[in-house]
Amino acid sequence: MYKEIRLSGFGGQGIGLAGVLLGRAAALHGGLEAVMTQAYGPEARGGASSANLIIGDEPVDYPFVQQPDILVAMSQEAYAKFRPTAKATAQVLIDGDLVTPFPEDVVCAIPATRLAEGLGRRIVANVIMLGFFTRQTGFLSREAVEQSLTESLRSKLVPLNLKAFAAGYEYVG
Amino acid sequence: MHGDEACAEGAIAAGCRFFGGYPITPSTEIAERFAQRMPELGGVFIQMEDELGSIAAVLGASAAGARAMTATSGPGLSLMLENLGLGVMLELPCVIVDIQRGSPSTGLPTMAGQSDVMQARWGSHGDYSIIAYAPWSPQEVFDLTVLCFNMADRYRTPVLLLGDEVIGHMVERVVIPPVEEIPHWERKHPGVPPPATGVYRSFEPDPEDLIPPLPHAGEGYRVHFTGLTHDERGYPDMSADTHHALVTRLNAKIQSHAEEIIRLEEYFMDDARLVVVSFGCTARSARRAVREARAQGIPVGLLRLVSLWPFPEAVVRELGQRMDAFIVAEMNLGQVRLEVERCIGRPAWGVHHAGGEMIHPEKILTAIIAAAKNVGAPGSRKASSAGGVQISG
Repeated sequence: MYKEIRLSGFGGQGIGLAGVLLGRAAALHGGLEAVMTQAYGPEARGGASSANLIIGDEPVDYPFVQQPDILVAMSQEAYAKFRPTAKATAQVLIDGDLVTPFPEDVVCAIPATRLAEGLGRRIVANVIMLGFFTRQTGFLSREAVEQSLTESLRSKLVPLNLKAFAAGYEYVG
Repeated sequence: MHGDEACAEGAIAAGCRFFGGYPITPSTEIAERFAQRMPELGGVFIQMEDELGSIAAVLGASAAGARAMTATSGPGLSLMLENLGLGVMLELPCVIVDIQRGSPSTGLPTMAGQSDVMQARWGSHGDYSIIAYAPWSPQEVFDLTVLCFNMADRYRTPVLLLGDEVIGHMVERVVIPPVEEIPHWERKHPGVPPPATGVYRSFEPDPEDLIPPLPHAGEGYRVHFTGLTHDERGYPDMSADTHHALVTRLNAKIQSHAEEIIRLEEYFMDDARLVVVSFGCTARSARRAVREARAQGIPVGLLRLVSLWPFPEAVVRELGQRMDAFIVAEMNLGQVRLEVERCIGRPAWGVHHAGGEMIHPEKILTAIIAAAKNVGAPGSRKASSAGGVQISG
């Protein structure tokens, strides 16, 4: 297995954190190898931001994502910017309320931000997407990602985030 | 964990409790991590006024007995070089981390480079030898930072960790072993109490290894430190003979232990006829290129320079006797290639890029294929005077 993954959205949505959570789930709890790189530059809150991971069952030599096999887009700007960088056949996961895909594109959509608002905290939209990602892509167990969440977040934030993760994982469109 | 964070954690695991630095991209996260961790551990984090002050503070902390370090990038290392020479002359163990970026000058602050190889070796004035390691993963950043402290203490010398932005900013799994499994080599201490009268001869070398034991400030030894040429008491001695003996010993204490200092890794070398030489982040691309070339039936191996200095002359020279071609891949315009060519006495193929972007495996693969086809032509063992063939990254 070898997957190039790009998580994208706008600055402030917690895209970087989602990348760390996913990478840790793979590398520490999923029995896989993972490497993450981020573009360093004057990315400000609101601009298109991305976290790039390569997850595989062998050590990753070249660490940069070139043509994602999986693209997550949580904003229109990010979708427009990064969809062309991904494989034509890439698995594309979007926040369906925030992104209108190109007409011919086959995507999996979840209203992550709306669901997060339903949980009372818009900020957990990234973790809802992570739950959706885990279910849709299927290469990581639910437990691996939950463990990564539990270990990485401050303890008082864990229950809400596990709930958010479950909402994404169990979402039926 | 981030490569930069792994560096700070490696240093802390090695017992480093003093960081004097001046933040600079892409090494800033090292300082940041130290700023968080030192108060928890009772250590010192001090942001100095500039890089000159940073390394001066580190040398002072080392003289007082602390494991001490600083972290910077190419432009900052340039500012530290004068006092790096002082560290060599005073034989004060310390670790200087350089997370390389695109250079010269301000260059590309947020993008990778590997062009400080020669700055690390020759940057300060005078004849001296240095130790430098080049990690290729966050895990190795951790491990080599520990090794840097151990080497610094064993050989009483500044040691450089030459990282690069790719490795510094990459996030990968890092396993931190329990503290009792972290190797810890003690500094050689006098082992005798301070003499009742007179000065302790703190620069009198142990005849076995040429390294003088180091008493620490505050322990009661009367010691003298000067950047001037000094005798075994540390007092200035402006004579040609003393100077020659001192500078020769400072070099010999490193060069005569080269075999213990040098770290290399070989991949697919058993039946190789061609060899790729690389280091740091570029070696990751090189390993993939070598794998792909092997899949095409080309007998190529990879020699990864985990240590850059002292240069593994004996190993490269020996490989020069039996390899058909050398391909050197590095994110600079040929700094290590020139070293390789010096050792093998003929041109090598170069895959070079001035920095800003990691060299892609495809570029190295192209060079391997070209070299394999051209055995007997320039760049091969049989070529004598043709210039090195370069493939621009």
